[in-house]
Amino acid sequence: MFDILTNNWGLLSTGWGYTIMCSVLALIGSCVLGTLFALMEISPYKWVATIGRVYVEVVRNIPLLVITMVFYLVIPKYVVAINGFTAGTIGLTIYTSAFIAETVRAGIEAIAKGQMEGARSVGLTYSQAMTQIVFPQAIKIIIPPLGNQFINLVKNSSVLAFTSGFDLMYQGKIIASTTLDTFSSYLAVGLLYLVLTLPLSYLMRYLEKRWQTA
Amino acid sequence: MNTFFDAISWVNFKYLLEGMGVTLEVSIISIAISFVLGTFLGIIRYVNIKGLSPIVGFIIDIIRNLPLMLILFFSYFGLPEVGVRLNVVTATVIALSVFEAAMIAEIVRSGISAVAKGQMEAARSNGMTYAQAMYHIILPQALRKMIPPLVSQFISLIKDTSLATIILLPELTYHAQIIYGQNVNYMIPMYVMLALLYFVVNYALSVASRVIAKKLAI
Amino acid sequence: MQKRILKFLLPVVFLLTAVLAGCGKSVASQDILTNASQTNTIIWGVKADTNLFGLMNVKKNKIEGFDVDVAKALTKQILGPSGKAKFVQVTSDTRMPLLKAGNIDAIIATMTITPERKKQVDFSDIYFKAGGSLLVKKGSKIKSVKDLKKGTKVIVVQGSTYGDNIKKAAPDTQVLQLADYAQAFTALKSGQADALSTDNGILYGMSIQDKDYVVVGGTYTNEPYGIAINKGQKPFLHTVNSALAKIKENGTYDKIAQKWFGDVPGFDVKEVK
Repeated sequence: MFDILTNNWGLLSTGWGYTIMCSVLALIGSCVLGTLFALMEISPYKWVATIGRVYVEVVRNIPLLVITMVFYLVIPKYVVAINGFTAGTIGLTIYTSAFIAETVRAGIEAIAKGQMEGARSVGLTYSQAMTQIVFPQAIKIIIPPLGNQFINLVKNSSVLAFTSGFDLMYQGKIIASTTLDTFSSYLAVGLLYLVLTLPLSYLMRYLEKRWQTA
Repeated sequence: MNTFFDAISWVNFKYLLEGMGVTLEVSIISIAISFVLGTFLGIIRYVNIKGLSPIVGFIIDIIRNLPLMLILFFSYFGLPEVGVRLNVVTATVIALSVFEAAMIAEIVRSGISAVAKGQMEAARSNGMTYAQAMYHIILPQALRKMIPPLVSQFISLIKDTSLATIILLPELTYHAQIIYGQNVNYMIPMYVMLALLYFVVNYALSVASRVIAKKLAI
Repeated sequence: MQKRILKFLLPVVFLLTAVLAGCGKSVASQDILTNASQTNTIIWGVKADTNLFGLMNVKKNKIEGFDVDVAKALTKQILGPSGKAKFVQVTSDTRMPLLKAGNIDAIIATMTITPERKKQVDFSDIYFKAGGSLLVKKGSKIKSVKDLKKGTKVIVVQGSTYGDNIKKAAPDTQVLQLADYAQAFTALKSGQADALSTDNGILYGMSIQDKDYVVVGGTYTNEPYGIAINKGQKPFLHTVNSALAKIKENGTYDKIAQKWFGDVPGFDVKEVK
């Protein structure tokens, strides 16, 4: 087990780097995209809300692998060249954005009911009320589930193994098939994932508890 | 358009449906096992049995924080190394059940604690034992609260079966890959079909859950 | 708190390890030959995504190919006419763990005999002589391994010998590893790389499926295929070898080779035996 870690540290650390990079990029992307679609969903314009709703429902109900492979195989063949890492990251961003949209929408709706009217009656515009009144309060409701989405995102980045995206799982598979010590290889990979996800998960639990009592 | 209909010829469509059958079979068995196991583990987590609960909690945390793909590898390649030989269906069912049970345990635990605060004392003071109060008062209410997150977890499970293509489970996504692997022009039709089939099953499930949640809420 | 968890955790871990270690040896160390004649079945690991060697026939939901037919002939030779050959789908990546785990009795899945692999498993005599080559899109600038310079990308399949082969033959090119041949070929067609490298037989199978892709540059490595069997299964290994010699002698092998490779342009059936 420790042999595997030390002998293949080059590959593993590269993979780790790609996993972190993909997770961070996809997190930023999916937060932006997710918030955008959440705002569309609660938009007062019906057709905008419908577009948001359809996007979220469709993306949420299709496997991540299917979405990712479309970007890895279909788009490059017919539209534009995308490499495996980018295709995986885009797929992950789109998939996660639907879940973040749901989280953000629920958070905003929980706050918005009374507050929005109050803010509007004081003379704020819709967007002012949204950014100055509703959003700051919604953040507190949104953060814990958002954190869980981020943990899911880190784990889901393993889909890059399917698109030769050089991530931790991809390297782990290569190590497993060259050393033929499957058990230890995947144990080492698991350990490296846990180093990323466990602290995050405990941090989220801590935040959740603190904000619940506050 | 012609390619599209060639791709979804009866032969290929039948092959996709066979894959769909495996996807559903594996999903249903895993949902059943993980629901029972997850509820059980969630209660252990909530009840806080000295010695047992922290261990269960720790193991759940480990499993929840690993990628499912890794657990699949362990189940298919790792378990045989320590003497448990599994075919690909069993290995997938075990991996999915263990992973989703850990997720469900958390849902159950937080569902129970949301209900239990005042209710448990009230039930106990009426002369019920702890187990009676749990079974008759707390669990039914908690279950109502848990339906939406549980169903979205089940939907995740159905989607996650696609990851088992990596250990060659003959499910929907794998069958689609076999078809377009033999004729690349069938790639787009196959992905359209995949999206459609997964969407229909999962969307139906989420609509059903909303209906049930609404009915129970009254 | 931390200490308490550890205190409880340690015995559990020990217990689990002990239990698992206790039942650890039972599966892979059974005598396969005895087992096979009792059940009248041999379980072969074969490819399902490799044209000519082992490819899923969607219509019949059956795997067909050279490897499959050889496996069937060997089974009949070993167990008699009523013997059954059972097929489990493998990829280059999954075949070794599955064999070592005892999920399959033998691998007959385009597997090259290498010194590295010989440390892990035993191989039968050579049943097919392949060689490493390249598959590219028609009209590609890449004509042989020499053209794989910096900036080019080559797809190989995880668990195959080509991760190393390419590194040796063309150290500057970028290697992309994919899970199986279906994915690898699709990725090549989607433009994810400039070439795909593996055994010529497999590549010819692909170029039959899609005429826009051609095998170039002849062979740059020798890849003799063997049937892989777990170590400590000498009786089974010897039986397989003598059955292989038999079907080569009595013409069965030639018939199978002719059936699958007779019409393949650019491929000489006589060279493979």
